[in-house]
Amino acid sequence: MIRTPLIFALALVLCGSVPARAEIDLSGSWSSINHEDALERGAGPNPDDWAGLPFNESGRAKALSFSQSVISMPERTCWFQTQWHIAAGPFSLRMWAVPDPITGKVQAWVVAAWETRAPMTIWMDGRPRPSKNAAHDQTGFTTGVWNGNELIATTTHLKTGYIRRNGAASSDQATITTHFRRHGDMLTLTLFMEDPVYLTEPYILTRSYNLSTNPVPIGGPPCIVGDEGVESGRVPHYLPGKNPFLDEIAKRYGIPPDAALGGAETMYPEYREKIRAKFVRPAKCTINCG
Amino acid sequence: MSPKLSLVLAFLLGTSLAMPVAVSAQGRGAAPPPQTAKVAASIDLTGYWVSVVTEDWRYRMVTPAAGDYQGVPMTPAARAIADAWDPAKEEASGDLCKSYGAPALLRVPGRLHITWQDDQTLRMESDAGKQIRTFHFGGWKAPAGPHTIQGDSVAEWEGGGRGATDASMKVTTSNLKAGFLRKNGVPYSENASLTEYYELIAQPDGAPLLVVTIVTTDPAYLRQPFVITSHFKKEPSAAKWNPTACSATW
Repeated sequence: MIRTPLIFALALVLCGSVPARAEIDLSGSWSSINHEDALERGAGPNPDDWAGLPFNESGRAKALSFSQSVISMPERTCWFQTQWHIAAGPFSLRMWAVPDPITGKVQAWVVAAWETRAPMTIWMDGRPRPSKNAAHDQTGFTTGVWNGNELIATTTHLKTGYIRRNGAASSDQATITTHFRRHGDMLTLTLFMEDPVYLTEPYILTRSYNLSTNPVPIGGPPCIVGDEGVESGRVPHYLPGKNPFLDEIAKRYGIPPDAALGGAETMYPEYREKIRAKFVRPAKCTINCG
Repeated sequence: MSPKLSLVLAFLLGTSLAMPVAVSAQGRGAAPPPQTAKVAASIDLTGYWVSVVTEDWRYRMVTPAAGDYQGVPMTPAARAIADAWDPAKEEASGDLCKSYGAPALLRVPGRLHITWQDDQTLRMESDAGKQIRTFHFGGWKAPAGPHTIQGDSVAEWEGGGRGATDASMKVTTSNLKAGFLRKNGVPYSENASLTEYYELIAQPDGAPLLVVTIVTTDPAYLRQPFVITSHFKKEPSAAKWNPTACSATW
């Protein structure tokens, strides 16, 4: 007879004296705010503009060999649609929690709605990461943990993809860590791309979103492999020293070509002094002016 | 013991154990004094921080061309002002710090030095443009006076505790003097206001990254709030601190 009230008391003690598990509801439609990197996220970056990217020599060489025509190859039509696309692209998000059907606990968070690729599933149930020898794909494998009200997602097992849509590549050894933080009706993502093959230090991006009552469609048009006329066996590319766009940034913005070649030093304030004497501000913006 | 009595006793036991602080405080007859902002801080924003410019590079590391406004939701009135931007006139005016006001300061590549000025006031200094912002906690009210380049900032802590590092410092700034969101003349008016969130995000190596989300609202010159995020790595010392004067053209 007395057991039920005591269990009730025990439950009350546990609920009241132990801090509630800190998680915040991230579900809903999140409208992308594209005030930063508007060109890069929208129409796409300028060719050979890698300023602010912590390239190593391999990353730079890989980027310099890139021809945009490579995505006309059926094998590479969808090559850049890895999870990095969530931030590098212009897309709004839709997030929802998937409960475990037995316990009701959140088994996974799903981040969806950017076109050309599958949703990102963030496993929250503590499942182990696959063997490093397991298959890599464009979705990769993502697990999440809570730090208070911050959701931290870690993605591995990716295929080669892009860091910037102008040939800056990420390798299949890359790891993406995404931090989700909510402030009222605003969501901010901070992303780190680590890549021992192409980067000397993590590349950092931040993105913001507004909660929207207009539902973001779940999944847009998929990336469909098609024949765009590249003859079989040909891989569009530029040989070393033959990239024709090296002076594109200098011509458009007066920025020294060295800066456009990236490298970690281009991310820090001291670099401004290094290019100050070489920079020639154009009198007037002539293209992609907003 | 009857079930009803046991239920009541269990409830009292549960509630008394569940709310020990509140009950004991009332029992003493006096509430504890409120914590100061410095004591209440569950994240440490103090120290030297350096800009990491991986976004909007050509609007921050160099001065963009006249007419390059991409990404800014400008009103027609703002565009008219920006279209008239003349760097030579700006330079000659002597008012060189227009692009170092609170809405734009954290976009300028440079270093920050954050310290506690007192128990309720956090001070943030920038070496670029030699600017100082002060963040006032504890229900501070701004004194009446002219609008200033850094305005009046009220701060509060949000979140945090429970052993987590998810807290943020929310800062609301008003009484701003008009200035530029970008060096090429994209304006904000003296009616602009600012909401910012300062938080620490763990980098892959565990070192803190200071991430500041900046929301500028301006009924005169912005069609919608302008939202940008700047990030900074922590530095071990003042070794690279390099105060430089404001510039209207670089």
